[in-house]
Amino acid sequence: MAGIPHDHYEPNTRGEKWLHKRLPIMGLLYDTLMIPTPKNLNWMWIWGIVLTFCLVLQIVTGIVLVMHYTPHVDLAFASIEHIMRNVNGGHFIRYLHMNGASLFFFAVYLHIFRGLYYGSYKAPREITWIIGMLIYLMMMGTAFMGYVLPWGQMSFWGATVITGLFGAIPLVGEPIQTWLLGGPAVDNATLNRFFSLHYLLPFVIAALVAVHIWAFHTTGNNNPTGVEVRRGSKAEAEKDTLPFWPYFVMKDLFALGVILVVFFAIVGFMPNYLGHPDNYIEANPLVTPSHIVPEWYFLPFYAILRAFTSDVWVVMFASWITGGIIDAKFFGVLAMFGAIIVMALAPWLDTSSVRSGRYRPMFKWWFWLLVVDFIVLMWAGAMPAEPPYSTISLIGSAYWFAYFLVILPLLGVIEKPLAQPETIEEDFKAHYDAKTGGTHTVVTNPAE
Amino acid sequence: MLKTLGIAALSALTLSTGAALAAGAEGHVHDVDFSFEGPFGKFDQNQLQRGLKVYTEVCAACHGLQYVPIRTLADEGGPGFSPDQVRAYAQNFEIFDPEIDDYRATKPSDRFPGSNLENAPDLSLMAKARAGFHGPYGTGMAQLFKGMGGPEYIVSLLTGYTGETKEEAGVILYENTAFPGGWIAMAPPLEDGLVEYDDGHDNSTHHMSEDVAAFLMWTAEPKMMARKEAGLTGVILLIVMSVLLYLTNKRLWAPIKKKVKKES
Repeated sequence: MAGIPHDHYEPNTRGEKWLHKRLPIMGLLYDTLMIPTPKNLNWMWIWGIVLTFCLVLQIVTGIVLVMHYTPHVDLAFASIEHIMRNVNGGHFIRYLHMNGASLFFFAVYLHIFRGLYYGSYKAPREITWIIGMLIYLMMMGTAFMGYVLPWGQMSFWGATVITGLFGAIPLVGEPIQTWLLGGPAVDNATLNRFFSLHYLLPFVIAALVAVHIWAFHTTGNNNPTGVEVRRGSKAEAEKDTLPFWPYFVMKDLFALGVILVVFFAIVGFMPNYLGHPDNYIEANPLVTPSHIVPEWYFLPFYAILRAFTSDVWVVMFASWITGGIIDAKFFGVLAMFGAIIVMALAPWLDTSSVRSGRYRPMFKWWFWLLVVDFIVLMWAGAMPAEPPYSTISLIGSAYWFAYFLVILPLLGVIEKPLAQPETIEEDFKAHYDAKTGGTHTVVTNPAE
Repeated sequence: MLKTLGIAALSALTLSTGAALAAGAEGHVHDVDFSFEGPFGKFDQNQLQRGLKVYTEVCAACHGLQYVPIRTLADEGGPGFSPDQVRAYAQNFEIFDPEIDDYRATKPSDRFPGSNLENAPDLSLMAKARAGFHGPYGTGMAQLFKGMGGPEYIVSLLTGYTGETKEEAGVILYENTAFPGGWIAMAPPLEDGLVEYDDGHDNSTHHMSEDVAAFLMWTAEPKMMARKEAGLTGVILLIVMSVLLYLTNKRLWAPIKKKVKKES
């Protein structure tokens, strides 16, 4: 399967040979599990397992919840309360599902920023990156529709605001919005289709995850040095790698265990901390909440959406040049989706030949500024759309685009990268020698 | 180490920012130490019973608890009524039964009646629906460290009347320091000594407010005790599992790391 030379599955017993001739499934499992993995992977490479766990957790708890949930505007809210009060263990399953979404996004953001820092998106892993971005988009769609299902105030008004974005598209916007909602406003038809799609999309995500894994098993994992595994011979490759099982499975499971301790503490002791209290009020189309705020994981992009008001000069310019077709609302929608598109285009915007941020002295600073920017945008997204928050959102959005569209292309030209290790083996040795006072010099990096 | 700190800081920031959902011009809410706060906090059964009495004699005149089945008064972790007490209590309310096309007294299998007044919100979930002050500056610290939430809001509201009134469009509004906007249509519902407690507990307005707030926390989150127990069990089991996995992982990698040291 992988381009890295390694042992392949050999059927030994008669039964294994019989099966292998007909369906080489054991070979597929063996090759997937025993894939040679760079031995210098650090703790930022554990999020993949956490994300896989999240997907399974959400699907399993979700299927149980569906057994008791009623997708109807008059009954949905009450059926959630039925789950919370009358279904055995229902309250815990629902809280697992609610907070499972938060864990899912927490892990995916760390996973994405890991990729951005270590240049995991660069050739030859562009397909892995693009598939990953598709998964991320699907996750956002799934989470958004799932949030509508309890039919609380934020469910209803969040759905109204977000589907309203499609209404901002010039000319065809309103018919599209009506078509999406199944009527002129968010109502029973909307709730039912969101329920249907909320059940469907996780399985699409699961399929995309399989492709994501297939893609990076073909190219091999990236690693903290960004240096490729030597592939000249099996012996050479074995100096740089260890099989995924048991070395990385155990490491990842340990990390997952620690993360789940925190997760269970949140579910058990403060399950509503991350949610909006207004969602414990049943949806009422006649009462608009004072602030409509999405869940925390959408806030950075929500801030970008709201940042471009009609008094911003780029918006005025866009409006003038298109003869008013692009107004502030549509500009905000374009900016929000654009923020994700520029991130998806990172493999082609980053001109540096060096993969890992570890050996890029200037890149590092800009990268960490992007992380800070993301957190600031998240905070600004939760604040009311008024000064000074709107100005902060605007600056934050500007930097987000500047990072991908200006800084990444320029850095590759002007930056002088540091020396990279020849091999992964060398990096691994340097790391473990440092503790015993070895002779290798470790590249010190405050980022790690 | 720095990396770990970085991750920790990032997680803390992301989590707390996430809670910054309902910042805005809220009224003043003060902290109350409830028995059910924190990972090990439990509902005080006597307090729940007192709160139920305040609810029944005062709040229920206008408000309802439409999601709460009366039988749950006997559930574990709640007010702890006996089945007989529940049956007797159910006689307090009347509901319309479409089957007999008439009003009848509620049974334990019924839910509490809904609100009598259109403008009086249902109180079943109020303690969770009013947990929206994650200050200061939308960081969620008050909620995280002081356990401030809906019950605090309820106490602050019930004790927050200043005595000032004004008339607006034929409705009398009462000034209240906790209510968003400062003026509420609900007249001050409690006064010292209004409800006679069976256990002889202090029945000042402040105590009654706390009791009814605790009761409403129970109606909003009746499975809180079960949830904390399950959470604690999960945390303990996962810690044990993590330690075992840590040791397994360490042992698994030891020869690989040792080889490196030997070679150099």
